[in-house]
Amino acid sequence: MTTSPLQTAGRFVGQSVKRKEDPRLVTGHGRYVDDVTVPGMLHAAFLRSDVARGRITRLDVAAARECSGVHAVLTAADLNDRPAGPMLPSMFADGSQGISAPVRPLADGDVRFVGDPIALVVADSRYVAEDACELIEVEYEPLTAVVDFERAADDTENLVHPELGSNIASTMATPPDAALDEALSRAAHVVTETFYQQRQTPTPMETRGIVAHWDPYAAALRVWMSSQNPHEVRRTCARILGVAESRVRVVQQDVGGGFGQKYFMPRDEMTVVLASHLLGRPVKWIEDRRENLLSSNHARRDRATVTVGVDADGRIVGARIEHLEDSGAYANGGTGGTGMFVAMMFPGPYRIPRLGWSTTAVWTNTCGRGAYRGPWMMETVAREEMMDVVARAIGLDPLEFRRRNVIGRDELPYATASGMVYEHVSPSETLEQAASLIDYDGFRSRQAEARANGRYLGVGLGLYIEPQAGMGALGVEAANVRVEPDGTVNVFVGSGSHGQSLETTVAQVVAEHLGVDIDAVAVHQGDTDVAPFGGGTGGSRSGPILSPAARQAALEVRDKAIRIAAHLMEAAPDDLEIDGGVISVRGTPARSTTLAQVATTAYQQSDLLPPGMEPGLEVISRYKAPPVMYSNACHACTCEVDAATGHVTLTRYVVSEDCGVMINPMVVEGQIAGGVVQGIGGVLYEQIVYDDEGNPLTTTFLDYLVPTAAEVPVIEYGHVETPAATPGGYKGMGEGGAIGSVPAVFNAVADALAPLGARVNRLPLGPSEVLAAIEAAPAR
Amino acid sequence: MKMVTVTVTVNGEPRRASVEARKTLADFLREDCALTGTHLGCEHGVCGACTVLLDGAAVRSCLVFAVQADGADITTIEGIGGPGGELSPVQAAFRDAHGLQCGFCTPGFVVSVTAFLRDNADPTDEEIRDALSGNLCRCTGYQGIINAVRLAARAGVR
Repeated sequence: MTTSPLQTAGRFVGQSVKRKEDPRLVTGHGRYVDDVTVPGMLHAAFLRSDVARGRITRLDVAAARECSGVHAVLTAADLNDRPAGPMLPSMFADGSQGISAPVRPLADGDVRFVGDPIALVVADSRYVAEDACELIEVEYEPLTAVVDFERAADDTENLVHPELGSNIASTMATPPDAALDEALSRAAHVVTETFYQQRQTPTPMETRGIVAHWDPYAAALRVWMSSQNPHEVRRTCARILGVAESRVRVVQQDVGGGFGQKYFMPRDEMTVVLASHLLGRPVKWIEDRRENLLSSNHARRDRATVTVGVDADGRIVGARIEHLEDSGAYANGGTGGTGMFVAMMFPGPYRIPRLGWSTTAVWTNTCGRGAYRGPWMMETVAREEMMDVVARAIGLDPLEFRRRNVIGRDELPYATASGMVYEHVSPSETLEQAASLIDYDGFRSRQAEARANGRYLGVGLGLYIEPQAGMGALGVEAANVRVEPDGTVNVFVGSGSHGQSLETTVAQVVAEHLGVDIDAVAVHQGDTDVAPFGGGTGGSRSGPILSPAARQAALEVRDKAIRIAAHLMEAAPDDLEIDGGVISVRGTPARSTTLAQVATTAYQQSDLLPPGMEPGLEVISRYKAPPVMYSNACHACTCEVDAATGHVTLTRYVVSEDCGVMINPMVVEGQIAGGVVQGIGGVLYEQIVYDDEGNPLTTTFLDYLVPTAAEVPVIEYGHVETPAATPGGYKGMGEGGAIGSVPAVFNAVADALAPLGARVNRLPLGPSEVLAAIEAAPAR
Repeated sequence: MKMVTVTVTVNGEPRRASVEARKTLADFLREDCALTGTHLGCEHGVCGACTVLLDGAAVRSCLVFAVQADGADITTIEGIGGPGGELSPVQAAFRDAHGLQCGFCTPGFVVSVTAFLRDNADPTDEEIRDALSGNLCRCTGYQGIINAVRLAARAGVR
């Protein structure tokens, strides 16, 4: 179900155009990295540590090297002196963005998490490479592993990275604030609660993978990689090999999901590039699922202690958040965390006049932390769960408490206590739309009846503002729009889809603004030899940053085509229009020419062009976004908790979304749904578990429970459309579904449990956790 | 490593290859038959991305050795639609209902759903969800997939 008409639907923009990607993908003709075969290609497998922290006392690869079909068994002695530059994401390579883990290609002398790569076997087939891994003899002297992230900072004896001298990866805080202290001391109510989020992992259905081919005769590197960010991969490869970026070509092709895990170039892929460079052969490495769950970046392990002061009218007077995050051992870039963003976004959609915060990231002997859809989302988890805790504490309904504190449209622009300025957002409208769609008041009556009958129903809200970063390397995208001599259009973009439908949505934007049929537009992405430099797809940035670039390039091409046509037709440019690739005099359709004729003239009959005009019909446009952009949404869901089994059933799920002008509502709703179900998984099913020694216990899909079709509710959508002030009015929204869903589901469960006196503050909320909370409830 | 000869029919074409006895059917299809539409998402039989029809039954090709399929008739995702690229009703429904995003899990879903609707042409929503529960998707939240199955059922899959 969809509500709200679209304000701005155009011929293509605003329409649920069917995807251009689909005919190849539904027939099995997509081309993913494991489908790449190169003549002479070898296959790699990693031998990984099975202790969390320890010294390597013996490493014997002789038998593995003797194995038939094995070309090389590489260890730290072979590879670790080869990187010509830091094995870090580009934005972290110069150290200006803070400290990063001391990444090395392979474990050297010691291991720091279960999954730490020790050796790389390169062989004729993956089967043989794995055979040879089993022939490698490795012995360890185990050391005490740092596993508990709440105790890591104080552990000065056991250091995850001895080079760094401390398990504290970073720590920041606001200075003492007497005004905040004063506001809290005078508040009618002050509530403090601590919230935990468990360790999760993105688990794209396609694992990571790379084919790296260093050709020593061409002195050039060719890479095919499952990546969200091919230009970042190119920069990283050039840096670690010490070669020019112009000698490196990275091709992304179809990518089977990423969700942040493939945004930067991971260490393992870099190691495969180094191996290809050493061997002068194409090398393929495809991560298996066990490796993906063991050693591809994990996410989300956070703790937040929140204090909120409220006046007698239920209005927030000030808040504090103390945030702690687990960076694991080898976070991918910096601490892998987003503590600063957690702090900056904590006020979210509410008037919080004063804010104090601290954030600390710690190293542990576990898999490193990395981005996962809404990497900073602990701010929404902690804030929205706290809103319900405070509402219950002061005797207000959570919806009413939000109404008293939500920022209204008449208050915009609004500057938060953390310095974020909102202008074109609608948190109040989405809150009301979600409450209406879920029939909040009606549910409260049904809930009361059910409680009288011993059934426990709950409703939960998750209201948030989703930022899209447009600063630094994240702030620019480019599109190259080229009309070919036959009037068809090729579009080359620097960003690359891994499921976001950019082949379709960029074509919609170009067709709309150039004036051609969408079938005439082909979008090409992910090949660094032909695509303009781009920042990759992630951070909900392709909608608000790439789309304006494509729009601008299309408009400039259109303008040039009109000027050429006007010259050919001896008409005034202002009198001409383009529709469906036909350029005609407005109101006199018989006087017309075609875009094909104009393009042919532009390339092959330049004598006929207006005097002084450059031949050709092609534009590259770069768009620089504002430093931060915002979309917003409200999630609402209802559930029933079986107090005997602890099982939670989600009964309804509603999302009211405001992402500005929607390019393709079908794609928008698909993005929402995918994110929501990841969030549902994060509350009810998914958890990466380590034992006290740092042994991972969730290394298959039988242990790490991704939701299936049998568990998910029907998702209903409402749309509010507040255009952004940026060209086209588009906003980013890819991550939001995974942000708002976590507190919405959590709050619904907490609401259902409230009459039982059961208190919850930790994720996940599986049956055993729910039963434990019920059992721990004080006697009523 | 012991080599064995495998003779099968894949998408109507006879195929014969000498493979290691330990080679999975999935790897045989991808490497020896160059049919890369069969995807490997977990290689331990949970995600369903590698589902193919083996003598008509939907099976996980990561859990079957190629040698076990000797003599069988196999249909992969490449054999579901028409020879000229025409989409089958299930494939068309996945497109129409936005039942895919990254597309990596899609071949397994399309093959599973094709077998499911062949055996149950008019399923209830609960039956659809149950039938889909053996395939994992991380992108769509299953909304578009469930709608696609309803759509294909209404369109009357053979």
